[in-house]
Amino acid sequence: MKNSVQNLQLPESIPVSLNVNGQQHNLSLQPWVSLLDTLREHLHLTGTKKGCDHGQCGACTVLVDGKRINSCLTMAVMKEGSEIVTIEGIAHGDTLHPLQQAFIEHDAFQCGYCTPGQICSAIGLMNEGKANTLDDVKELMSGNICRCGAYTHINEAIMQVKEQEAEAAILLKNTEASGLHEVSERDETSVPGAPAREAELVTEAEGGASHE
Amino acid sequence: MNSFSYIRAADPAEAVSQLAQQSNGKFVAGGTNLFDLMKENIEQPPYVIDINRLDLARIEPLPQGGLRLGALVTNADTAWNELVEQNYPLLSKAILAGASPQLRNMATNGGNPLQRTRCYYFYDHATPCNKREPGTGCSALNGFNRIHAILGTSEHCIATHPSDMCVALRALGARVNIKGVNGERTIDFADLHRLPGDAPHLDNNLEHGDLITSIDLPEKQFKTNVAYLKLRDRQSYAFALVSVAVALEMNGDQILEARVALGGVAHKPWRDEAAEEQLKGQPATADHFKAFADTVLSGAIGYGHNTFKIELAKRAIVRALTTAAAQSVEEPSSQPLV
Ligand SMILES: Cc1cc2nc3c(=O)[nH]c(=O)nc-3n(C[C@H](O)[C@H](O)[C@H](O)COP(=O)(O)OP(=O)(O)OC[C@H]3O[C@@H](n4cnc5c(N)ncnc54)[C@H](O)[C@@H]3O)c2cc1C
Ligand code: SF4
Ligand code: FES
Ligand code: FES
Repeated sequence: MKNSVQNLQLPESIPVSLNVNGQQHNLSLQPWVSLLDTLREHLHLTGTKKGCDHGQCGACTVLVDGKRINSCLTMAVMKEGSEIVTIEGIAHGDTLHPLQQAFIEHDAFQCGYCTPGQICSAIGLMNEGKANTLDDVKELMSGNICRCGAYTHINEAIMQVKEQEAEAAILLKNTEASGLHEVSERDETSVPGAPAREAELVTEAEGGASHE
Repeated sequence: MNSFSYIRAADPAEAVSQLAQQSNGKFVAGGTNLFDLMKENIEQPPYVIDINRLDLARIEPLPQGGLRLGALVTNADTAWNELVEQNYPLLSKAILAGASPQLRNMATNGGNPLQRTRCYYFYDHATPCNKREPGTGCSALNGFNRIHAILGTSEHCIATHPSDMCVALRALGARVNIKGVNGERTIDFADLHRLPGDAPHLDNNLEHGDLITSIDLPEKQFKTNVAYLKLRDRQSYAFALVSVAVALEMNGDQILEARVALGGVAHKPWRDEAAEEQLKGQPATADHFKAFADTVLSGAIGYGHNTFKIELAKRAIVRALTTAAAQSVEEPSSQPLV
């Protein structure tokens, strides 16, 4: 896509194709439309929140090609051809993502405004694989501000999922080592950014409904 | 935000020539500073040239030793690059002390040094600011200047350069590779940024059209005796009031070479090479560190709300030097030193 300068006297809409939560979208956007506004206003995916619009709160966190970023400080045109995962894209049908489930179990939100960003950020954190301790989690989740101060419960929820995944990984390794190789059902619809299906230890939400 | 025309450059030569044609145009890399400033109408470029498709996103060892950091490698990928962690842990520490994980996933090695000051008046159109509007005056001089500079200031501007990464690059003695309208050149990192003087609207010594293509880390590595100490109002996700990057070469308890750069105190990462000589050959003791800190801060000026930074910087230097001297083999950690 090479534009010659002469053609650009009047800023025009530019074709942008984005894969959002596994679905291809071919849009025509003006260059100053942020990825956040694209998701919310053009694709009507309002799960991703606008807190500050200046990179200072993390409410707008989404995953772009598996990495967490602030969608308010990037323009959609710059992400042409990228795979984007938002809070709407992380559950598998009616089965919540383990982090969603853990947030419910740990009461990790009050108003819930920061929650989509917290959860997407936590998925990014898991993908990075750099957080080993609670202190690491705290430091590496510092890009998400919670006005309600639910930090303690948020950190507990993330630590629980980290531990579940570590256990699942050991289980899987032992199963493989013992020769009883189970065919792991890798979901075709699994999205980048979501942990592999075999690592999930999801039980049906019990107390979850009261939070909705 | 102003409307703008978007140009996606295919290669460095095209990027440079596109920008050269647009006197008010801007490159965009991560966008984390440019778009923030555009939303505040501080920057209003009619043309934005996206350089993200340029082939500058690699980290590679240099044939003569050293490491080349591509301008488009993100700050996160740089901090967590194995060679950087092993051979230049100071840089990893400094980067990881800055911004947030999300921002570091966007911010690039070329964009980070060119981020602009966080001076509140620079962001506020209602107040005079020589950096934003040359000749209008400096509101910080007699205003609320808690975050402002104490070294190398002028009567025209007391803003600081807010980067953490750059403090480590200054201590390590990095070099910046630039492609401009008149070809390619390399400058010392020390010469990238400038002091405000009577032209505070200029943050650095780049010309319009200059593209940073990469940053080279020197052959000389500091693997062990390093420390990055960042002091700020909250423990994470806040800019430095004062930061100190230390790289030492030690022989037992004796200092062979000391490099100490300061952040949050000047219009550029601050380093006093002459004062560093004072530590050469000395044992690593608190007395020597204190004397050194006094020398480095001897020319410091407080402007009221930021006067505390003079003593804070001295203590931070002593603490960072003490930590670096006591370091044995490093475990890479996501924890910045607090
Ligand atoms: C809330 C918040 C907190 C932050 N906290 C910290 C912190 O604690 N410590 C810290 O160090 N930083 C911090 N930052 C700043 C952040 O690190 C910078 O915004 C980032 O490094 C800029 O890089 P970028 O690639 O996004 O630059 P962009 O925004 O894309 O560009 C910045 C400038 O550099 C120019 N440019 C970019 N690339 C090149 C190139 N290759 N050649 C020539 N010109 C180029 C652009 O034209 C523009 O003028 C924070 C930012 C935010 C929003
Ligand atoms: S310190 Fe510099 S940036 Fe801040 S108001 Fe004064 S001139 Fe402007
Ligand atoms: S809305 Fe993007 S960081 Fe606050
Ligand atoms: S739950 Fe209210 S902001 Fe976090």
